[in-house]
Amino acid sequence: MQSPKDTGRYKTMFANLSAKKQGAFVPFVMLGDPDFETSLDILRTLVKNGADALELGIPYSDPIADGPTIQKASIRALGSGIRPHDCFAILKQLRAEYADIPIGLLLYSNLVLAKGVDTFYKSAFEAGVDSILIADVPLREAQRFIDAAINNSIQQILIAPPNASDETLSLIGEKSSGYTYLLGRSGVTGAESAVEIPAAELVAKLEKYKVAPPLIGFGISTPQQVSSAIQAGAAGAISGSATVNIIAKNLANSKDMHQQLGEFVATMKAATHL
Amino acid sequence: MNKLDSKFGEFGGTYVPELLIPALDQLEQAFLDAKDDPAFQKEFMDLLKDYAGRPTAMTLSRNLVSNPLVKLYLKREDLLHGGAHKTNQVLGQALLCKRMGKTEVIAETGAGQHGVATALACALLGLKARIYMGAKDVERQSPNVFRMRLMGAQVIPVNSGSGTLKDAVNEAMRDWSASYETSHYLLGTAAGPHPFPTIVREYHRMIGEETRAQIMEREGRLPDAVVACVGGGSNAIGMFADFIDEPSVRLIGVEPAGKGVHTKEHGATIVTGSKGILHGAYTYIMQDKDGQIEESYSVSAGLDYPAVGPQHAFLHETGRAEYYAVTDTEALNAFKLLCKKEGIIPALEPSHALAHALNMADDAEEEMIIVVNLSGRGDKDLEHVIKILGDDL
Repeated sequence: MQSPKDTGRYKTMFANLSAKKQGAFVPFVMLGDPDFETSLDILRTLVKNGADALELGIPYSDPIADGPTIQKASIRALGSGIRPHDCFAILKQLRAEYADIPIGLLLYSNLVLAKGVDTFYKSAFEAGVDSILIADVPLREAQRFIDAAINNSIQQILIAPPNASDETLSLIGEKSSGYTYLLGRSGVTGAESAVEIPAAELVAKLEKYKVAPPLIGFGISTPQQVSSAIQAGAAGAISGSATVNIIAKNLANSKDMHQQLGEFVATMKAATHL
Repeated sequence: MNKLDSKFGEFGGTYVPELLIPALDQLEQAFLDAKDDPAFQKEFMDLLKDYAGRPTAMTLSRNLVSNPLVKLYLKREDLLHGGAHKTNQVLGQALLCKRMGKTEVIAETGAGQHGVATALACALLGLKARIYMGAKDVERQSPNVFRMRLMGAQVIPVNSGSGTLKDAVNEAMRDWSASYETSHYLLGTAAGPHPFPTIVREYHRMIGEETRAQIMEREGRLPDAVVACVGGGSNAIGMFADFIDEPSVRLIGVEPAGKGVHTKEHGATIVTGSKGILHGAYTYIMQDKDGQIEESYSVSAGLDYPAVGPQHAFLHETGRAEYYAVTDTEALNAFKLLCKKEGIIPALEPSHALAHALNMADDAEEEMIIVVNLSGRGDKDLEHVIKILGDDL
């Protein structure tokens, strides 16, 4: 079997960016926030303004790894009646419009189990999803999800926390594909406390253990952070709460929402140029 | 990797963000080291005896049962300092916290009983306590909020989600994922990720051990059944643990049927039988078809939890323990009976266990010895019960 590390849209994206001497900028939003149609428009705005890939949540009732901003995004989407099958409908439409952009899901395990692990991965693949990251599945519980991912041509994203042991990093090296989600700090998602730019030592270790290219997330909200992260050796940066905050602040005015989202993405993307 | 088995059959596990794994491993190691450390064990035993008041009494009911074939005993955890069994394991975990060199304790609480137990242990042992409590519960349980504050704990109302116990657990886990270097998460029941279900069981197992010794002394034989209420399941697993390898002893867990298991308003996760992951463990949970967690309901706040400890899920699956559900009304009737017939005001939680035991007693056709774990006293419930029963005494 070909290593999943070496296939797919992420590989193409990283190769293209590397040729242009750029890192990746990946915004995160919650699917269905604040409602089906607006969410689809938001995704279009993100892509048109330079997002290299998208990281997307499925709203969940008990998101233990998320701070207040993303919790509220879940509540808004659930309040609009958004269920996982609506999220898959949004994803299908998005994939129909944008054939090449890598799309990742970031969600919680019980949503996967409720549908059946293999069925969930199959549906995700059919909806055009490239990768799945499950926030409450650590490496030691990950094998059955990795197996389902391989069976369904999905790349299972693994998390490298700042406190990871060598043993953990070495396992991530063995099992990771697509990209590695490098946690920028401890805690939960949110722009309230800032990312800590990884020490050269950690980046060197990631290289040593040959983990899939690291995208750094948690606490990324400014272009300066994006540019320092990439200079420190990350392959790119993920920004969730800062992106979702723009949606939350402009719920009453969709024109402002799209304009501010567009400017934010363009500025963050510009900061990925080395 | 885990040093102890993290699963009970297919149940349990460590479904938490990767970030928390080192903290859980550190806790498991501290628990294992403490087990073999006579100084730790002595301090724990001394606290249980001289501070908390162990062993607790076991009372043979005089007037509750009319069937002459049946003897019904009550294991009196209601007499423990703090008013419920919860003090046992809180003392153990607080000592583990100190052993790990951590100075702060995070806890969740629903009705406030685990919060009160945590606050008293932290006051005693010089630890700083932050207790997360659903905003709705803070309003409903103001005397317990005051008790926690009196003992120096900080009570943090949680507004996210439904503002109840499950959201308090979420918030405690979020706090812990930012503060694990200095904080211990003192989880309040035999649920959550490994190693909590194992630690909480081991630090409550004296309930069953004392029961065994007391019944052997009084009756010269093991009981036919031990009965305990199950929310997360800590008092039940503490009662069951020492009897699991005694096949003649029936292990009976009683879940809250609330307004009926066929309504949406109940907390009977095992009896209704839907499996999934909540708060770090694969177990029985309350959820909709998409896997969104549903709110549980019970007249008794301590049983109002939409998941259950994974070892109970396993004991159910293997058939070693039996689980039944008792409605609010049945529990309130048992509550009143115990007050009137025996002069004991129980908490609403063990009133569920008592209600089931009384049905067993009525139906018994041969000699039977039953022990009910009377896991807590009813002072905390009086205001609530007055509202429900009014003058209907």
